[in-house]
Amino acid sequence: MKLTLNVWRQDGPGDSGRMVRYEMPDVNPDMSFLEMLDLLNEGLIEKGEEPVSFDHDCREGICGACGVMIDGRAHGPLPGTTTCQLHMRHYKDGDELTIEPWRSAAFPVVKDLVVDRAAFDRIIEAGGYVSVNTGSAPDANLTPVPKDVADNAFDAATCIGCGACVAQCPNGAAQLFTSAKVSHLGLLPQGQTERWRRVRHMVATMEDEAFGSCTNFTECEAACPKGISIDFIAQMNRDFVRARFRDPEADD
Amino acid sequence: MELDAKIPSGPIHEKWDRHRFDMKLVNPANKRKFDVIVVGSGLAGASASATLAELGYNVKCFCFQDSPRRAHSIAAQGGINAAKNYQNDGDSVFRLFYDTVKGGDFRSREANVHRLAQVSVNIIDQAVAQGVPFAREYSGLLDNRSFGGAQVSRTFYARGQTGQQLLLGAYQALARQIGTGKVRMFPRTEMLDIVVIDGQARGIITRDLVTGKLERHAGDAVVLATGGYSNVFYLSTNAKGCNVTAVWRAARRGALFANPCYTQIHPTCIPASGDYQSKLTLMSESLRNDGRIWVPQKPGDDRVAGQIPEGERDYYLERRYPAFGNLVPRDVASRNAKNMVDEKRGVGPTKIGVYLDFKDAIGRDGKNAIEARYGNLFEMYERITGEDPYSAPMRIYPAPHYTMGGLWVDYNLMTNIPGLYAIGEANFSDHGANRLGASALMQGLADGYFVLPYTIGDHLARHLGEGLVSTDDAAFQAAEEGVHRRTERLLGIDGSRTVDSFHRELGRLCWENCGMSRNRAGLEAAVARIPELKEEFENDVKVLGSAESFNQSLEKAGRLEDFFELAELMCYDALERRESCGGHFREEHQTEDGEALRDDENFQYVAAWEFKGQGETPTLHKEPLEFEYVKPSQRSYK
Ligand SMILES: Cc1cc2nc3c(=O)[nH]c(=O)nc-3n(C[C@H](O)[C@H](O)[C@H](O)COP(=O)(O)OP(=O)(O)OC[C@H]3O[C@@H](n4cnc5c(N)ncnc54)[C@H](O)[C@@H]3O)c2cc1C
Ligand code: FES
Repeated sequence: MKLTLNVWRQDGPGDSGRMVRYEMPDVNPDMSFLEMLDLLNEGLIEKGEEPVSFDHDCREGICGACGVMIDGRAHGPLPGTTTCQLHMRHYKDGDELTIEPWRSAAFPVVKDLVVDRAAFDRIIEAGGYVSVNTGSAPDANLTPVPKDVADNAFDAATCIGCGACVAQCPNGAAQLFTSAKVSHLGLLPQGQTERWRRVRHMVATMEDEAFGSCTNFTECEAACPKGISIDFIAQMNRDFVRARFRDPEADD
Repeated sequence: MELDAKIPSGPIHEKWDRHRFDMKLVNPANKRKFDVIVVGSGLAGASASATLAELGYNVKCFCFQDSPRRAHSIAAQGGINAAKNYQNDGDSVFRLFYDTVKGGDFRSREANVHRLAQVSVNIIDQAVAQGVPFAREYSGLLDNRSFGGAQVSRTFYARGQTGQQLLLGAYQALARQIGTGKVRMFPRTEMLDIVVIDGQARGIITRDLVTGKLERHAGDAVVLATGGYSNVFYLSTNAKGCNVTAVWRAARRGALFANPCYTQIHPTCIPASGDYQSKLTLMSESLRNDGRIWVPQKPGDDRVAGQIPEGERDYYLERRYPAFGNLVPRDVASRNAKNMVDEKRGVGPTKIGVYLDFKDAIGRDGKNAIEARYGNLFEMYERITGEDPYSAPMRIYPAPHYTMGGLWVDYNLMTNIPGLYAIGEANFSDHGANRLGASALMQGLADGYFVLPYTIGDHLARHLGEGLVSTDDAAFQAAEEGVHRRTERLLGIDGSRTVDSFHRELGRLCWENCGMSRNRAGLEAAVARIPELKEEFENDVKVLGSAESFNQSLEKAGRLEDFFELAELMCYDALERRESCGGHFREEHQTEDGEALRDDENFQYVAAWEFKGQGETPTLHKEPLEFEYVKPSQRSYK
């Protein structure tokens, strides 16, 4: 099939960037979206033009590297699907597509469709862990975890850190990402000792980064390729309030 | 060159304990005087970096992705083995050791494998304490399953995302140390050379992938945790960025490369659908528990599956292996699928595939039961192929998946270059000629959490007071200039073909001649053709853009150049190993029924290759293998 692409090209953080139009005369419906971009790039290189940069690695929907705005939707039109798992059979001959990078103050553009998501790592570094040194763990079956609790924690833990939640949020807020990690660890018995400290530090770091604030648009949940629920945001907010009284280190 | 594996003396179950006692220790106050470089942030690299930092060492960790959390380990699905015997079904450290040695077709080192089985239990404890949400029973205790034909249930799993959850656990431990400042993390940074001074590893040269800047990093030891090289085949189940560059740069500096021809082909992957195919997707092996594999009896049969009557189907695995049927080991299942395609009995639009049919299972257990078991896999299949596997059989075909070969290391996981270590899939150590399912995650974490952090101390203790080498040293300068010249050369070729077009061609060549089955003529042809293709690449590749910017084509070009050299060595090794074992099947060496035929008398050794320069014959060093506890026997699945 034939497609027309409008692709965001930007040489680097200093460049103001522009939309460039490309005609794709022969797209196979069985291709993945990224294979379609590969095809575009092979053609560009042969013509002596620099290929479009985009992040990707696993191409299986699990590493969280890929992710572009397709016609204004993070990861495109299909629910629960990363860009790499989207296939061209969901488009039809003659379609025109607009492809842009995540747009968020906290995720500056590196080049073309590639953005810098290091702010996410800094949130985890602030407290998204259990402080257990290698070797000091007790036997794994010493602490039973009720299956429903484990399953709920798992639902939060499936976050792939792609940034679609931030990209889709009109405010560019990172609440869904942060709450997924806060809840994953906060639900499990292993995460209790640091529960209050963790939520305070992670939220503080999130607020120090250039993310916006959450005003309950719920767009994040709809855009999340892993179906992370906004219930976790409510849970994080509750924990955050309680932490002011529970965390002995809290000074406010 | 003398290859000393440094295996401790004593009975096998005491070796590791004794060794830990015999090794030199670095006292806590002195640990902060040492800087350790860890290249890689997958299970092996992240766990090692975090643990070394907890111990007090200063760590620099590098990865090419934008975040350490995205390392290829994230994609592992099935599970991780450990000899916990929580199911009380007869498992033990010795049984896991035994299964692994046997599964590796008697081509691994007993002492290493036993240690792996011993520390496997600690991995699960550590992961659970970190908050890894393994599957649980209603009792709240951990669930296990049997995996890859094991007779005991020793596999721990986290839905179909075990690698993701284990990696996030290791990443969190790493993030904690980055937060304390004990680890300095360098994402989007690629190691392009290692610096060896007076025979010791002293540092690395890296390229900042965003700015293109080359940098020198000195370290008291260098650890490579950079994963496997399945992408030499271009199409594999590995992530697109997986590459051999770090390991190959070490090989070019004198590190021996062991058993490059031991590659694992996974039988249940979704077949390629066209020339544009960029990677292959693995479908969990568990599907073989209920799916029946078949092809039409008649070559060239063009009818759709539903129109081929029962009597004209060949359930070839059930026919040939009545005892194991569809559950034969990976290599046997893969090779048989290839034979069917070679006999022109392949299915699907490309005719390169076989059916995996759930009709009988659905008839027996009902659609709901099958959906409960495999729903997410069926959905993934439909997403990729656009076909509904509930109503028509799936199509599957084998794909390169894992590489047992890698840098030669001794019992301490140190290469033959003092101060240079290799852990995880990057080394050759524990899986012999074939890796069992759910054992790679175990090995990566065993190396990173529980082995390397001890053994590296023994080396560092001997170098206390030496201090870091200055990065102004002539060796650093020369290495950096080498990287710079190489980059400029690649950019200057300005030919007519893309990097990917060469990579596809190399991949096809390796797949056809050094894939599921190999023979002398094919390997000789590949050994002759690969250097020619590399020369064409060096004269005709087109890499646009500059060295001083984010440039993905340049990254790919450098990696492919290293794959060419590795590919040649892989074929050499396959040619030289005139026997069949594990994943290495030489057509000349098979039993009358077409099964792999080992030659223990002549080939019971590790082939450790010394790279002698481009176009030169590599030198083979042999490490003989001894089997004291598990006596070599012929595998049989009839
Ligand atoms: C689809 C799939 C499913 C699997 N399922 C299972 C399973 O169920 N159970 C199991 O046990 N095993 C499984 N495996 C195998 C297992 O996932 C891998 O063997 C293992 O994760 C490898 O871990 P690693 O830490 O050695 O390397 P990787 O996870 O590959 O990490 C390599 C690291 O090195 C870095 N790196 C590489 N080169 C450079 C360079 N030049 N400069 C800087 N950084 C570099 C990368 O950025 C990355 O951080 C599976 C593999 C695949 C492909
Ligand atoms: S490339 Fe890994 S999630 Fe898309």
